[in-house]
Amino acid sequence: MKSGSSLLDAELHKTDPRVKLIAAKLKKENFKPDALIEVLHTAQNVYGHLPLNVLAYISKALSLPPSRVYSTVTFYHFFSLKSKGEHTCLVCTGTACYVKGAQVILNEIESKIGLRPGQVSADNQLGIQVARCIGACGLAPAVVLDDEVQGKVTLGEIINKIIDKMAAK
Amino acid sequence: MNRQDLKTIIYAEKAKVENNKYKHKIGVCCGAGCISSGSEEVLKKLQEEVTTRGLDHDVEIIPTGCMGPCNQGPLMKYLPDHTIYQKVDCSNIAAIVQSQIIDKKPIEHLLLFADTREKPFRDAREDPFFKSQLKIVLRNCGQLNPERIEDFLVHDGYQALDKTLCEMSPEDVIAEIKHSRLRGRGGAGYPTGLKWETVYKYVNDQKYVICNGDEGDPGAFMDRSVLEGNPHRVLEGMAIAGYAIGATKGYAYIRGEYPLAIKRFETAIKQARKMGLLGTDILGSNFSFDVEVRIGAGAFVCGEETALIASIEGKRGTPRPRPPFPAEFGLWGKPTLINNVETFASISPIIINGGEWYSEIGTPKSAGTKVFALAGKINYSGLIEVPMGTSLREIVFDIGGGMQGGGEFKAAQTGGPSGGCIPAGHLDVKMDYEALTNLGSIMGSGGLIIMDQTSDMVDVARFFMEFCMDESCGKCLPCRVGTKMMCDLLQKICDNRATQIDLDRLEELAIYVKETSLCGLGGSAPNPLLSTLRHFRNEYQNRLIRHEQKDQIEVPSNIQV
Repeated sequence: MKSGSSLLDAELHKTDPRVKLIAAKLKKENFKPDALIEVLHTAQNVYGHLPLNVLAYISKALSLPPSRVYSTVTFYHFFSLKSKGEHTCLVCTGTACYVKGAQVILNEIESKIGLRPGQVSADNQLGIQVARCIGACGLAPAVVLDDEVQGKVTLGEIINKIIDKMAAK
Repeated sequence: MNRQDLKTIIYAEKAKVENNKYKHKIGVCCGAGCISSGSEEVLKKLQEEVTTRGLDHDVEIIPTGCMGPCNQGPLMKYLPDHTIYQKVDCSNIAAIVQSQIIDKKPIEHLLLFADTREKPFRDAREDPFFKSQLKIVLRNCGQLNPERIEDFLVHDGYQALDKTLCEMSPEDVIAEIKHSRLRGRGGAGYPTGLKWETVYKYVNDQKYVICNGDEGDPGAFMDRSVLEGNPHRVLEGMAIAGYAIGATKGYAYIRGEYPLAIKRFETAIKQARKMGLLGTDILGSNFSFDVEVRIGAGAFVCGEETALIASIEGKRGTPRPRPPFPAEFGLWGKPTLINNVETFASISPIIINGGEWYSEIGTPKSAGTKVFALAGKINYSGLIEVPMGTSLREIVFDIGGGMQGGGEFKAAQTGGPSGGCIPAGHLDVKMDYEALTNLGSIMGSGGLIIMDQTSDMVDVARFFMEFCMDESCGKCLPCRVGTKMMCDLLQKICDNRATQIDLDRLEELAIYVKETSLCGLGGSAPNPLLSTLRHFRNEYQNRLIRHEQKDQIEVPSNIQV
């Protein structure tokens, strides 16, 4: 484990503006242990993922054992311990998208870009993820590129859009 | 604020609408589907166009909730004529404004369904897509601005809450809901009135109301659309429930994947608090109630009530054995009422129009209407609401406009990973709780995925089993291990590597997992498998290696026979 990123290391730079945002959320929730998930949402929003030392900081602040925090983080799909990449491409694999060929899109991404769901490109520019349903079934198949939903996508078009994203640093 | 103040506000708002200086009203659908298709730009461009032409004083423009036919978006509705334009983009806005507002003639080729119907309808309400529907839950969705409480007030908003607080006792409210025969819309169909009465009977200084908006079924977006299109309606339902069971605090648990729904619901809470419709001493009745939003973190199992409660408490969302049921021992050990978004949205019309009125809609055992999220290989997918007992044929061919690309209807999948499929032979089934259960499927929360002849039913079963395997929380063995084994066996069948013995084992396992799992996730995980086996067994059989073929099986070189 890298030093400075351990579940036992709860010291964060107090001047980091990101830490301030988490501290503000902790205060707003009155440091109640049951606000754990709410605080984790905030932390993931500001960091993009959940580094271990941030988890340690939260566990200390909420008086929860680190094991409780870690087990909660790993239980929910929404939380990620690893960076998801500068840009994200999330392919919906809900039923409607599945019926309309979500798997074909994933195969094409793998063959053209060389990334499988859960993987991040070597330069950390792009991460590929899958979602179990984003609720845009009327627009199936759907892909979310950096929080922007692309509906009724066609193969060539979406691959080009992904490549453009990777190029535009 | 007291009752009189609310009336004053409503009168003022209604007067504003009546003395409306606007001659025209245009609603632009800003549901999640249309936003993805670019409706926010359309809204902006429309505003610019109207301003450029100096029509600001004649045309009122509002963003609305979901209008229904999501795959035709972005949608734009012209009132009072109910003319809907589809696939509007910034380039044809000028033409629409010119033609519809100045020349008072709709542009035929841009009307809703103009590309597929011989003659599109100028009044969209005449179109079969809308004509066969009956909107109770979705009544004001697509008509009002979901981010303005005043819009909701004009449409009888909070009138039901006013009526319950000032004219009814908690017993009266429960009796009315029981009389309506409303059943829980989350999937299981438990009578709502009975549930309320149970929680009401437990005496405790603190009780809770929870709104289950953790719509985890892949292929379902009803709750999302209701929360986005009319959040105040859900909030009102929760407050009425709080009054009826004696709770002062409510939680709305909404999926983290629905940021817009969360935002709009939070806005609604703030507005209601500001008007005194939430908080202490609501409408001068001594009743206090407040609601907080909890954001889900992506776990399908959290739709199960005890898992959802654990999640609100900030823990891993794992279910626990019942009894005790949440009605007795729920959130933080207190009596808790959990209902689905759609159930809460059905409450205020029942209070206003009476339980009798509601119970007359639908079938004898399933009263009222049901919202379905229609998707898949169908021409018009989107959000629909029909009376219980409407036939599947009507939904697919009248409302949905038939199969996409002239395909052949093969099956409809209901209830997501906990449900099953309805084959073509049962197209005339009257959709209600009992009829679907008899066919080996379930009503579920309302996802309705239409499949054509290109869908491979074994692969569909594998798809759902893989979903349940991933989503199993791991607490009980039958679900944790059973779903994995069933998924492996299904993969084997899909790869043409299985024999009759594998299929027999799969069926046996399905029964064990169904009967011995701790919660509903495991208990219903085998449903898609059992249902496809029941209706499409030949597709499984055709994939099996037959006895006389066994010599032709290629054995990998690293395996010794």
